[in-house]
Amino acid sequence: MNKIVIENLSLQYSDGTESLRDISMSIRTNAITVLFGPAGGGKSTLLRCLNRLNDLTEVKAVGGQILLDGENILDPGTDTIALRRKVGMVFARPVVLPMSIRQNLTYGLELAGEKRKSRLDEAVERSLKLAAIWEEVKDRLDDPAIALSGGQQQRICLARVLALQPEVILLDEPTSGLDPISTGKVETALQELKKEYTVILVPHSVQQAGRTADYAAFFLQGELVEYNDGKSLFTTPKDKRTEDYITGRFG
Amino acid sequence: MKRIFSLNRHLIERLGFGLLTLMALLTVLPIVGVVIYILAQGAPAVSLEFLTGFPHDGMRAGGILPAIIGTLYLTIGTAVFSVPLGVAAAIYLSEYASDTGLTRLIRIAIINLAGIPSVVYGLFGLGLFVLFLQFGTSILAASLTLSIMTLPVIISTAEESLRAVPQAFRTVSISLGATRWQTIRRIVLKEALPGILTGVILGLERAAGETAPILFTGAAFFLPRLPGSPFDATMALPYHLFVISTQVPEMPIQIQYGTALVLLFFVLGMNLIATVIRSRARAKRQW
Amino acid sequence: MEKTLNWREFIITRAIKASGYSAIVFVALIFFFLLREGLPALVEVPLSTLFSVRWYPIESYFGILPLITGSIIVTIGAALIAVPFGIGTAVFISEIAPRWLREIIKPLVELLGGLPSVVLGFLGILVLSPFLRRFLDLPTGLTAFTGSLLLGGIAVPTVVSIAEDALDAVPRSYREGAWALGATRWQTIWRVTLPAARSGVLTGIMLGIGRAIGETMAVMMVTGNAPVLALTPGSLFSPARTMTATIAAEMGEVANASVHYHVLFFIGMVLFIISLIVNIAASSVVFRSKKRAERVLS
Repeated sequence: MNKIVIENLSLQYSDGTESLRDISMSIRTNAITVLFGPAGGGKSTLLRCLNRLNDLTEVKAVGGQILLDGENILDPGTDTIALRRKVGMVFARPVVLPMSIRQNLTYGLELAGEKRKSRLDEAVERSLKLAAIWEEVKDRLDDPAIALSGGQQQRICLARVLALQPEVILLDEPTSGLDPISTGKVETALQELKKEYTVILVPHSVQQAGRTADYAAFFLQGELVEYNDGKSLFTTPKDKRTEDYITGRFG
Repeated sequence: MKRIFSLNRHLIERLGFGLLTLMALLTVLPIVGVVIYILAQGAPAVSLEFLTGFPHDGMRAGGILPAIIGTLYLTIGTAVFSVPLGVAAAIYLSEYASDTGLTRLIRIAIINLAGIPSVVYGLFGLGLFVLFLQFGTSILAASLTLSIMTLPVIISTAEESLRAVPQAFRTVSISLGATRWQTIRRIVLKEALPGILTGVILGLERAAGETAPILFTGAAFFLPRLPGSPFDATMALPYHLFVISTQVPEMPIQIQYGTALVLLFFVLGMNLIATVIRSRARAKRQW
Repeated sequence: MEKTLNWREFIITRAIKASGYSAIVFVALIFFFLLREGLPALVEVPLSTLFSVRWYPIESYFGILPLITGSIIVTIGAALIAVPFGIGTAVFISEIAPRWLREIIKPLVELLGGLPSVVLGFLGILVLSPFLRRFLDLPTGLTAFTGSLLLGGIAVPTVVSIAEDALDAVPRSYREGAWALGATRWQTIWRVTLPAARSGVLTGIMLGIGRAIGETMAVMMVTGNAPVLALTPGSLFSPARTMTATIAAEMGEVANASVHYHVLFFIGMVLFIISLIVNIAASSVVFRSKKRAERVLS
């Protein structure tokens, strides 16, 4: 089933340079869709369109639409606050907010108006477990989150998104700064998550793309070159450029 | 030959460094001297009676309570107007404004506000608050005048502290469904608070020590009682010091030094508080 | 719930934006009121009187030239003190002093910036002027020079803090490059670091001088308040009277909307315009140098 349908999306930076060109793709629910390709290809920009985070920067859509459950989220009337609760995002660098672990987890829920302590506690435990970090932090939930290691912080960031019970999770190179063990933990968590959520991942390497992708899309200079299920794309790429990239001839 | 040359070079360097050191000392030592001198000369005059009593015998005896209270009122009054306005303006510049011509105009205006002579603020306060708005020579008029004078200090220090808060916090907060204002209130302001507070105190410190802006807007030569409302004029420490050191003949010297000491204590105390807040916040900061 | 939140957000955002413009509003208001109360002076007092050398308001002599020259001579004296000492101290702090000494000197200079000018004026009357009178063998210690000394002290912190920032911002590699070429630290300071920080130092000097022109209380208390035309260097050692001191001393005693009142506002207007020019010039120096740096970097 398609969760998100992108139709003929084109984007420009405010200085007029083109960022994405005529992208059309459908993203399926309960699967990990990987957006990969060399830097500057437009993957992160596309990701940030899906929760309208580009509103903060000087990027504007010049054409096309993005349908989430059939509704165009690029419509000016879209409730971006509700959208961002529904479409969570994990960034490349783990950024924990300057507060305790627990407060990091409940931040979004409290903004959404949830005040009941039992609900908040419940959400904290559930999301920390889902992000595979419950065991490591359950005894020090009121410590400042900044005291954790980078790998732990990134899983806190993931848990923080999960606490809002989103429907889509966007991850922008979530393991780029992490050691292999932490990376493994995050990847394992993603495999669990896709059972309930729609996961869209910009991986930090082709290897990670290959390991995690149920579906994979190859982006080159603002263009969607090839989009297929992960297995086919990585074993029998149809486009020469995709093949060159995944076999390491450039990028 | 070469050796002599290099010897010369090093001699020049030594002399030059010596000269600069001397200049720095000549700049700094008088400051220390001023503080110590006033402390030594003024301390004998300061007693409980001096701090809590009213002046009598044409201010040549008694205490300076009305001046102390007056300066407190003026400082609080200044804070009431300048802090919300200044912090809000800083939030605008740091969080909302983009680099347009209007923003540049705002910045130029702030720089100019900071440079306007204090006595010109006094004229402005007289023209607008005392006469035009008919507040009269009052605490209200003086506080408003001091507020506008303090505004640029508060805006620029607050903006600097707001900008120092990492951009990533804002992005993350927005991505978790916060509105812009929620992000500012819950994250940015909270993190910038110590810096803002430091700037506020430094601004108020300046206001508390100023004389020229209150000369014609709210300062009273002598009052037999404390001001009862914001529409009353008030005595104030800096103006009182000016009065007793230039306008009152045969003024006992200890009372003058005592008043200077209390004013200095007021100002340096605020300075110290600001410094402590700043250094403690730096030690505690999580980014 | 969502609706009320948006409503509140809307109001707060509006309030913040309005506050953002407040600085412009205030500068405009200040200028407006100075014009409103000051311009009538041009009608009421013939220009030939206004720009004459006699200031004696009781008999309707409103010549502001002595006040202008008084301000100029006191400010020049202050600049002669504040510029070398300010730059010297800034160089000492940023280039020579060991860290611990810097941590002591910087707060002390900031402290000087925070001392109320009335306290300095007070000490000027009681300590400095009797000392100068004896030391320089003058008929009175209340002279333009006494004012210059105090004003120099008041302007120094401004010069030091801005110049030091500018020196601090000179990349370390510039200095290392000069040392590698065999320059001594002294030569490096004069030929590399200071020239590289030129625009910042200049800004500091200008703002320091701006501060000196506008200073009121200390000057009023120690310069003797004699409105005489000061044209020779010798007048530095006789009493003088500045524009600021005149306003402060006389505004309290004039009738509202009298000629004298309008002339005092007119002087305030002149001061306002001077400070506007100084500050815009100083900030445009900063902007220009920043643009140059951006060009070099890009």
